[in-house]
Amino acid sequence: MHFINRETIQKQTKKRMAVNHLLKTLFFAATMFSLLVLAVLFYRIFTQGFEHLSFDFLTNFASRKPEEAGIKAALYGTIWLMAITGPISIVLGIGSAIYLEMYAKQSRFTRFIQTNISNLAGVPSIVFGLLGLTVFVRMLEMGRSVLAGGLTMSLLILPIIVVAAQEAIRAVPQELQEASYGMGATKWQTIWRVVLPAALPGMMTGSILALSRAVGETAPLIVIGALSYVAFVPDSIWSGFTVMPIQIYNWTGRPQEAFHDIAAAGIIVLLALLILMNSIAVFIRNKFSKRH
Amino acid sequence: MKKHLSVSELIQQNKQKSRAFASIREKTIPFILFICAVISVFTTLGIIFTLLFETFTFFNRVPFIEFITSKEWLPFFESDPSYGILPLLSGTLVVAVIAMVAAIPLGLTAAIYLSEYASERTKRTLKPILEVLAGIPTIVYGFFALTFVTPLLQKFIPDLSFFNALSPGIVVGIMIIPMVASLSEDAMNAVPNSIREGALGLGATRFEVAFKIVLPAALSGIIASFVLAISRAIGETMIVTIAGGATPTLGFDVTSSIQTMTAYIVQVSLGDAAYGSTIYYSIYAVGITLFVFTLIMNLLAQYISKKFREAY
Amino acid sequence: MNTLMKSKPLNQNPIQPKQEHKKTVIEVNRLNLWYGEDQALKDIHMNIPENKATAIIGPSGCGKSTFIKTLNRMVELIPTVKITGNIFYREKNILDPKYRVEELRTRVGMVFQKPNPFPKSIYENVAYGPKIHGIKKKKILDEIVEKSLRDAAIWNEVKDRLHENAYGLSGGQQQRLCIARCLAIEPDVILMDEPTSALDPISTLKVEELVKKLKENYSIIIVTHNMQQAARISDQTAFFLNGELVEMDHTSKVFSNPRDKRTEDYITGRFG
Repeated sequence: MHFINRETIQKQTKKRMAVNHLLKTLFFAATMFSLLVLAVLFYRIFTQGFEHLSFDFLTNFASRKPEEAGIKAALYGTIWLMAITGPISIVLGIGSAIYLEMYAKQSRFTRFIQTNISNLAGVPSIVFGLLGLTVFVRMLEMGRSVLAGGLTMSLLILPIIVVAAQEAIRAVPQELQEASYGMGATKWQTIWRVVLPAALPGMMTGSILALSRAVGETAPLIVIGALSYVAFVPDSIWSGFTVMPIQIYNWTGRPQEAFHDIAAAGIIVLLALLILMNSIAVFIRNKFSKRH
Repeated sequence: MKKHLSVSELIQQNKQKSRAFASIREKTIPFILFICAVISVFTTLGIIFTLLFETFTFFNRVPFIEFITSKEWLPFFESDPSYGILPLLSGTLVVAVIAMVAAIPLGLTAAIYLSEYASERTKRTLKPILEVLAGIPTIVYGFFALTFVTPLLQKFIPDLSFFNALSPGIVVGIMIIPMVASLSEDAMNAVPNSIREGALGLGATRFEVAFKIVLPAALSGIIASFVLAISRAIGETMIVTIAGGATPTLGFDVTSSIQTMTAYIVQVSLGDAAYGSTIYYSIYAVGITLFVFTLIMNLLAQYISKKFREAY
Repeated sequence: MNTLMKSKPLNQNPIQPKQEHKKTVIEVNRLNLWYGEDQALKDIHMNIPENKATAIIGPSGCGKSTFIKTLNRMVELIPTVKITGNIFYREKNILDPKYRVEELRTRVGMVFQKPNPFPKSIYENVAYGPKIHGIKKKKILDEIVEKSLRDAAIWNEVKDRLHENAYGLSGGQQQRLCIARCLAIEPDVILMDEPTSALDPISTLKVEELVKKLKENYSIIIVTHNMQQAARISDQTAFFLNGELVEMDHTSKVFSNPRDKRTEDYITGRFG
């Protein structure tokens, strides 16, 4: 007498394998759904916006007439914003990461800074807008300037850069630091000549990805009062400004169908910029990741 | 020890020259870096104090009880404005629930597929696509919701108004699929392969391994990913502003126009509410409510993944 | 120099070899070291002679690596470390907090277990040390690089590709490059922490030849778990067990006629 009946097992196995196969297909389909959405989204936006895309679209200011509307002011605004946000957030972010990874002692305060950074990354972006409105626009009296916007964005992406830079530093082999210390190098010499060069590609990739997040952000800039109808290019850090996402939002909100097509054209320009930034980031990552 | 070029002597000379400079450098640089690291702490403090301070002014004009109990949010009503947060909360909640209903099944199945079934090659193609999906600006999703998803839904639900909760809810869900998928997949990848091999060796199918072994073991990480996703959905702004409308209504009707907390802040920011008016301060009261909700969610997610983490 | 040796009761320790008329470069006195609660080194006394190769042998975990890393205070990179006792390098106590570690490590160089060149060119690797110590003139640097690579017996293999990445070299070449990098700042003492454990037999042989040549000009302390290697290249051998220095004497004596039973058990292969 056997406890195990081969026949029943065989029958059950068939059933179990069928279930397995069915669910595998189902899971695959669900995964593919995301891909489908992405394809539809790109298809829609391209078919809608492509015919409005022209050189004039890049060099014209916003207009009440859809056929004359362009994205020049927003494009320049975005570039101005990046020129402010980039250096500030990258310097602060990499500085914080070096401190946390290389200097900070294992103390309660260090852990507090670390927890604080991860929590800050989870704060909704619009809340950063409220911070910028009170502190930069009102208290420091910067007004609704591109400087106030750039500073707000710097704080928004700071946690992302810190975390990416920390990971890049941790990936530098300990042996390299030992070799440097072993030759009588000081801590800063070791960081400056050994750790930073080795971690730089990772830091740059993380920073570019974080900046591309800032390029796509809308809400905080609306809150600090970036303009939505602009017919000029910023000429200093104190200028008013608009950025591409706000311009797109403005066009999307118009009742006329024609402006929706213009919005789609704006989205194509925005996505092209983001794809460019991401490609650079991926290029840096691939080019330098073989070294170790 | 005579050498034709005495490097050690050269080094000795340089040491004496540069020692003062070096010691200043080695002391000041850590301090400067420390300041950088502390800026993130000041950012948090800045957020908290800004919100508290401006909200305090708001509650000087509007009773706190009215804020949390009144069922109407009518700040633009000039003769008799009403500031009850409940309609904005219900709008936010409805969108978050719809988003989770869309994102959990799709995100989790994608995670299971990637972690348990997909080959390395499939993974290498699918994961970047999910990353692209995560990197699309929310303004683009908002445009997509308004100009594509809403008209599409209207074909199935004729009653659906132009601004509604359903369409932005679904699109917010699509936006957070990559987040749910990648965090859940991380949790499942943390389950050691030896456990899988043990079960497969006994004749279990991939599906049985996934559901009876990997999912229970990774549950804390998966639930934490859901909670984080809810937090993202609550804080999401542009999609709901564009496609959700601007009608704060208490209730759970997904077919009509609503307003979320974030959408209200945008509406006021775009309008010409004068600095110092009650409406101006109201965005901080709404902002602090939003901040508290998302903070609780984030802390909860950290707690879950720490407390119930399986140790291997 | 000799005044120090007279003033300290060195020869009271029975395991010390008889001092001949040669100089001591490092003198270790009652050295104890803890990692947190675990004591890794127990009451070590040792004299290390100038221009000789001193081998340190013992089973894994006996503290030999910890010991050698204490001699240039690299061990302090581990935050939980606690040290008591004295280590005199050329009559100065290097464990004195006022003694600058950078100064010490410039004089007491180190070669590590795994070859660890920087991800830079061969030239930059060797020039790293002189550069951090303020030597900037290209002419002098060129000269130092060539001399160091020659001294490390690798010049002929790399002279045509000085500006290529050091990661393109084989493991054995990388290790000799690391030795050249160490020589570039003209240290007085060279610490070697199992420098051949990651290398193939032929590369190992080359490194061993190099050590034999280098000890004419440098005092070398080499940790090894390979007893034949210790026998081949060292003048003195110290045997460590469980954080204690069991025996130290002339290499020939340790291997032919050890004083301690534990040393005998180890070198005859009963454990380790």
